[in-house]
Order: sequence, then C-alpha cells, then structure tokens
Amino acid sequence: MMYRNQCTPRENLLNRINEVSFAVNDILLYLDTHPECKEGLAFYQECDKERQKLMKEYAQCYGPLTVDDALESGGDTWKWAEQPFPWEVEGGCR
Amino acid sequence: MWNYEKRLQYPVNIKTPNAKIAQFIMSQYGGPDGEIGASMRYLSQRFTMPNRTAVAVLNDVGTEELAHLEMVSTIVHQLTRGLSMEEIEKSGFGPYYIDHTVGVWPQAAGGVPFNACEFQSKGDPITDLFEDLAAEQKARATYDNILRVVRDIPEVADPIRFLRAREIVHFQRFGEALRSVQEQLDEKNFYAFNPSFDCPCEASCKNS
Repeated sequence: MMYRNQCTPRENLLNRINEVSFAVNDILLYLDTHPECKEGLAFYQECDKERQKLMKEYAQCYGPLTVDDALESGGDTWKWAEQPFPWEVEGGCR
Repeated sequence: MWNYEKRLQYPVNIKTPNAKIAQFIMSQYGGPDGEIGASMRYLSQRFTMPNRTAVAVLNDVGTEELAHLEMVSTIVHQLTRGLSMEEIEKSGFGPYYIDHTVGVWPQAAGGVPFNACEFQSKGDPITDLFEDLAAEQKARATYDNILRVVRDIPEVADPIRFLRAREIVHFQRFGEALRSVQEQLDEKNFYAFNPSFDCPCEASCKNS
C-alpha cells in the first residue's frame, strides 16, 4: 500500500475507497455464513454507508468509478469511458 | 449479473518490468490453481448447492475471484510493460513473446494453456465443496511459492500477500458452507448419496 503522505488527494481518496470496499467484501462473506451476527451486521452497515459516501465524493471530484455514478461529475460528455483503467500508469493509457 | 468498478480490489503499482517474474506469476492467472479456474469453478458449482448459504458463499467468493484475476493479470501486464528485446531474449520469456508479444493470455508458468479440466463441477455438493477447500489451499501454496521468489521486490510481493491472505479466508468460509450442507444430511448417509440429485434419496440406508 502506498503511504498516504506521498499520495495525491485523488490517490488518497481512492485508497480510502479500496480500504472500506475491502471491509465490505470481507464482512459480506462472513455474513453469508453468520447471518444473525449483530456485530457483523452493524459493521456492514457502517462500512457500506461510508463506501457509498466516498464513491459519490470521488465521482463528483474526479469522475465515476461505477456506471451508476456516470453523471455525478456533471458536464455534457460521457465520462465513464474516459476514466483511467486501474492497471494504467498515470498519464498513459496502458 | 455483475457491475464493474474501475479500481482493483487491492492496488498494484509495478514500475520495473521483469519478464522472468511475469512468467512465474502468470500461473495464478491461467494455471492449474489460478484465479480463472477458481472463479469458473465456484460460479459453475453454485447451481447445484442444496441450501442458500452454500450458494451465497460460492456466488460471492466466485465474484471476488474475478477481482483477483484482474489483479493477477494487472501484475503480469505491468511486469511486461516496456520490456526490452534484450531482456525478453535472456529471461526465458522468448517462447511466450513469440506467440503473444506482451499480451495477457491464460497459461501456466510452464506454458500449458488454461483448460477447464483444471476444475470440476460434479453436481454433488459434498464433492464440490471438498474440492473448493483443496483449491484454496493449492492456490495459497502457489502464492507461497511465488513469495519465496519475489520476496525482495516489495511492489510485487505486496499485492501477492493480499491475494494469499484471501485464500485463507475463503478456505474458512467454504468450511462453514460444507458444515451447513452436512448438517442437513441424514446422519446414517453422511457421504453415501448426492443430496442435490437423489431426491427422494434412493441411496439412503433407510430405503435399502
């Protein structure tokens, strides 16, 4: 993981999205086999709320990460296809 | 149905190409214990699971494996991006280069193409879940082998450690799914019939 103080604000926000999304991924597998765990349900709720908030914030500032947020950043062009793919080097397209 | 997010499950930022390491790691894309086999195995097997817990675990782990195959193919792509011809020729990457240039294609480290025979979908939940437990351990062992080779390259070792840790969590969840299926079985016929096919169970001891 990159160190936060070496990152741009965009990378920082993406890192936070990755972290909270991972928490959602992991707890959902746990809840699949422990559907009545109250702590697990509360943790899911907390992480999912934060994730939705950060995904919207990212889309508004830098462009959409999912097609649901495709028009969050406004404008009259289709931003979804222009967004970098996650394997690209910064400034390149591959 | 799936939705795509334009991010990796865990970030991969490899700056220095390395053809030899790319050829090793490619095995976790299209090799015998790789992520394509893992996702295809779980997403195929889920249809004949006898309870919703087991279907959910296969569905959601199979979905996560799709994110893992994207991470592994990103590692391979970044390790082969900007390679010099000299490195391609001296690293042993030549045979792959001749067929695929530096495109990403699913094969094992030794060059064997990806093949659906690397996994089973038996239509029997006990059989399939035991395979899934073994599959997670085999993938974990492969990541251990990779880590011994890349231990001094942090930008490669870091995402590989993440992937290795996920195998351990998935093993745990599959164990719980297996238990949920076994708890529903007739104690006298624990492994003697297929609870998803023999219904009512003709192979049961009660009926013989």
